[in-house]
Amino acid sequence: MKKIAMFLVAVSFLTACQKDDVLPPPTDTEVSNPELTEVSGFYLLNEGSMGSNNATLDYYDYSKGVYTTNLYPTANPDVPMDLGDLGVDMAIYGNRLYTVINGSNKVEVMDAATARRIGQVEIPNCRYIKFHEGYAYVTSYAGPVEYGSGNNQVGYVAKVDTASLAVVDRCLVGYQPDGLEIVGGKIYVANSGGYMYPLTENTLSVIDIASFTEEERIPVAINMQYVIADDNNCLWISSRGDYYETPSRLYCYDIAQHAIVAQLEVPVSDICIDDNNLYIISSSWNNLTYSYDIAYAKVNVDSRTKVADNFIADGSDADIIMPYGIAVNPVTKDILITDVHNYITPGTVYCFDATGKKKWSARTGVIPAHITFTGK
Amino acid sequence: MLLTFGWVLAQSEVEGDSITNLNEVVVRATKPYAEVIPAQTLKGEQIESLNSHSVADAIRYFSGVQIKDYGGVGGIKTVDIRSMGTNHMGVFYDGIQLGNAQNGQIDLGKFSLDNIEEISLFNGQKSEIFQPARDFGSAGTIYLRTRRPQFDEGESTNVKAVFRTGSFGLVNPSILVEHQLSNSISLSANIEYINANGKYKFRYKKYLSDGSLAWDTTATRQNGDIESLRLEAGLFGRLNGGRWNLKAYFYDSEKGIPGAIVNNVWKTAQRQWDRNFFTQGSYMQRFGDKYELMVNAKYARDYMHYLNPDTTMMYIDNEFWQDEIYLSVANKYTILKDWDVNLSVDYQWNTLDATLHNFAYPTRNSLLVALATAYKWRGLKGQASLLGTFVNDRSTANISTGSVTRLTKSHEELTPALFLSYQPIDDVPFNLRAFYKRIFRMPTFNDLYYTDIGNVNLNPEYVTLYNIGAQYAANFNGLLRRVLIKADAYYNHVTDKIIAVPKGTGQYRWMMMNIGKVKIRGIDVNAQASFNLPCDIALDLNMNYTYQKAQDYSDPTDNDSYAGTYKGQIAYIPWHSGSTIVHGAWRDLELNYSFIYVGERYHNSANIPANYEQPWYTHDISGSYRFKFNKVRLTATVEVNNLFNQNYEVIQNYPMPGRNYKFILKFEL
Repeated sequence: MKKIAMFLVAVSFLTACQKDDVLPPPTDTEVSNPELTEVSGFYLLNEGSMGSNNATLDYYDYSKGVYTTNLYPTANPDVPMDLGDLGVDMAIYGNRLYTVINGSNKVEVMDAATARRIGQVEIPNCRYIKFHEGYAYVTSYAGPVEYGSGNNQVGYVAKVDTASLAVVDRCLVGYQPDGLEIVGGKIYVANSGGYMYPLTENTLSVIDIASFTEEERIPVAINMQYVIADDNNCLWISSRGDYYETPSRLYCYDIAQHAIVAQLEVPVSDICIDDNNLYIISSSWNNLTYSYDIAYAKVNVDSRTKVADNFIADGSDADIIMPYGIAVNPVTKDILITDVHNYITPGTVYCFDATGKKKWSARTGVIPAHITFTGK
Repeated sequence: MLLTFGWVLAQSEVEGDSITNLNEVVVRATKPYAEVIPAQTLKGEQIESLNSHSVADAIRYFSGVQIKDYGGVGGIKTVDIRSMGTNHMGVFYDGIQLGNAQNGQIDLGKFSLDNIEEISLFNGQKSEIFQPARDFGSAGTIYLRTRRPQFDEGESTNVKAVFRTGSFGLVNPSILVEHQLSNSISLSANIEYINANGKYKFRYKKYLSDGSLAWDTTATRQNGDIESLRLEAGLFGRLNGGRWNLKAYFYDSEKGIPGAIVNNVWKTAQRQWDRNFFTQGSYMQRFGDKYELMVNAKYARDYMHYLNPDTTMMYIDNEFWQDEIYLSVANKYTILKDWDVNLSVDYQWNTLDATLHNFAYPTRNSLLVALATAYKWRGLKGQASLLGTFVNDRSTANISTGSVTRLTKSHEELTPALFLSYQPIDDVPFNLRAFYKRIFRMPTFNDLYYTDIGNVNLNPEYVTLYNIGAQYAANFNGLLRRVLIKADAYYNHVTDKIIAVPKGTGQYRWMMMNIGKVKIRGIDVNAQASFNLPCDIALDLNMNYTYQKAQDYSDPTDNDSYAGTYKGQIAYIPWHSGSTIVHGAWRDLELNYSFIYVGERYHNSANIPANYEQPWYTHDISGSYRFKFNKVRLTATVEVNNLFNQNYEVIQNYPMPGRNYKFILKFEL
């Protein structure tokens, strides 16, 4: 009996009670020296793990050299359930910050200066966002399902009035549309067909903005992801391949010539453009070798050739386990690369100068992915 | 009267067969059964008095066990013993393993307690050598034994009807009929229907660091409905020096899959249909006084249909069919009075068919051979076994010239186990014990062949188990009737753990890899006491405490102080957990109080604040009263679960129910 009593006492000491669930406060870390340029900082959107509701927003302040993680809950303490589940794209338009939260079926709209919530746009299975003359254009996988063999689902581009935050129109495109680009009054949409088996979708949709109708389908490659316009009236389009025999590739489409004018053997996981250079990282899975192929590349859009195999010059790419996102500071030309590690623990953002030497790094949220600069 | 609730008494049977069924005593009475390390057991009235809806709820009261519970009546509940992972747990239904070649997991939330008479949990393996080879093949085993017919003097028919209702819109009637067909053959038939809308309120709230409320939101859990029907029938026969039984089981259900609660998504639309059928038979016969034979056979067919009609996500409409054939022969030979040997040979055949594109249609042939021996010398008891596993998979691949079926996986392995117990002093019921076991699990069909996710290069996942422990059990005459205290310390090492990892950007393509390593150090303590108090009051106490340090050793390079996973506590394993049951009986009135505590955990082996999961603890109470109405015995029970209405989650973003009620009316004839 005594033993039991002692056991009870022991157990009650060892165990802990529920604490109040406190909103996680942002953490500030000084990671570098202040730099005063036109670019005041950048937001970094961490995707979070699917179903975990842990998309988070970080901010780097160039004027202080301070990296701040997870600022949304504190900026919006009255908003239940945080930012949401799976942050897949981000952009600033005017003085507002737009984050595309795929698993929460919404675009969250915030004040770009404070990250204070302004409202949200309900778009199921939303993917990527671009802006044009007061409207946001958002790709979505959630169009009508063609029930039957394959149950393929057509995607669409939603037209969102940025003043009212209402979806004012939809334009059906191909299967599972991802990245989009707006040039010369047209929207170019990369249809991925990512839900299909086998991966047969290979078209780029062209939407006329004035009539908001799809006017053309251009066959390019299967499983496309990004479309980026350069200053030569060309589109750079990436394909993820099929993870088996067909590898990830980069294509150049000349709008005037109406033709693919270059195909580069450069695999692409993320891509960004700065002046006349494309900066590319790749970390795609290969089902044949059962491994991740990690690669970096710099492509010149004028010569349409790969000009560098690696833009990290000091060997610190060895520290990067799984590169996932890339951005280039438009003023300082610093290169930012995100590392997602094992996809489930907090990642890292690395900053390299224009010559490829590491300047600083900071820990982020889970799956750091999308970077948007502020102030320029 | 006092002893009618032999409910803790049941646990006291340290020695001797804990199975009270008369038929079995006939067989086993010839020799004392040498159980080296006793099971944790819940039985009969004890199960009934616990506020449990399913087998999974009852198993929470065992030490060393964690349940993954997604909440609600229809939610998936799987068991993880000593942090080795749910796939290392073997679940046996009336002596034959429940298979799931597809994903290796048995949803114990699906198994009703309605006709379960005994639940036993063994670490390592069942402490018995006369058993099928399959029984040697898991790192931990749970045995579910359904009720077998027993008749009072002069009776040849039993009827039991139960009606349960309460929260979640539960309507749950069941009927059991038992009939004695002849002196040696009896029949049992059981039908149970469950319908529940599964709705319950849940609440999330967060505070600011100054303690003021940030937000507080309450919602109703949706799409947690279930409708199920279970039919079971069995024939039980006695022979001279033997026995046999035959049984058929059918389960049919449709349920909603409630899904994770995330920002802006408060309800999901996924549905699942399950249809499980199996028929199995067992025959046991003694020949002379040296040789015993046991033959088991089973055929099972399982159908599963998963539908995601929600067009905001990938539309999925998949169907799966599994078939299993199982045959087992066990032969026990008594060499000397205290020395037995056993040879068991099992053959098992599994297939999986699916409506997935480019599916591999795998077939697995498994041959298991177990050689085991048990020896007793004075206070020392020992069992040793060696299991040979021979597995071959064939599957279909589409190559450029068409589809071919070929051998895609082949594995052969010998794994040992050793169990010892020692009673140092003859008349003192104190035992020391130890065991060692090495075992593995084959990758499941999903691990290997699921289109685009499976990885056919996977190796088996290995576990090595070490355990030392001690037990004291004694019965007294007096206020204190019985005491049992046992403690075990263990070390488990899991290698080549199979883990899903994403393939790249987009997070919609995943891949299985053999990358995990886990080291588990733990302590289980159990204390029980029974009292005969004045005024006809009987009181039983049962307490469990588990300490586990389950560390992730997968990636030594992932060791930074910010968020490294190396040596972090693995997902969802609390350092501290425990339970308490207090059961009181006074004449025809019974009261039961139970408490479950699961300490703080992390949902990831990076043990950082962002991954923190709150401890949770629920208090459940129940009271029942029995009375007689002519020949009908009636029992009325009221249960209140989660009495203090705690908001909690077992799995991140899967809120659990608050306070809820159940009313049970039982008629017995």
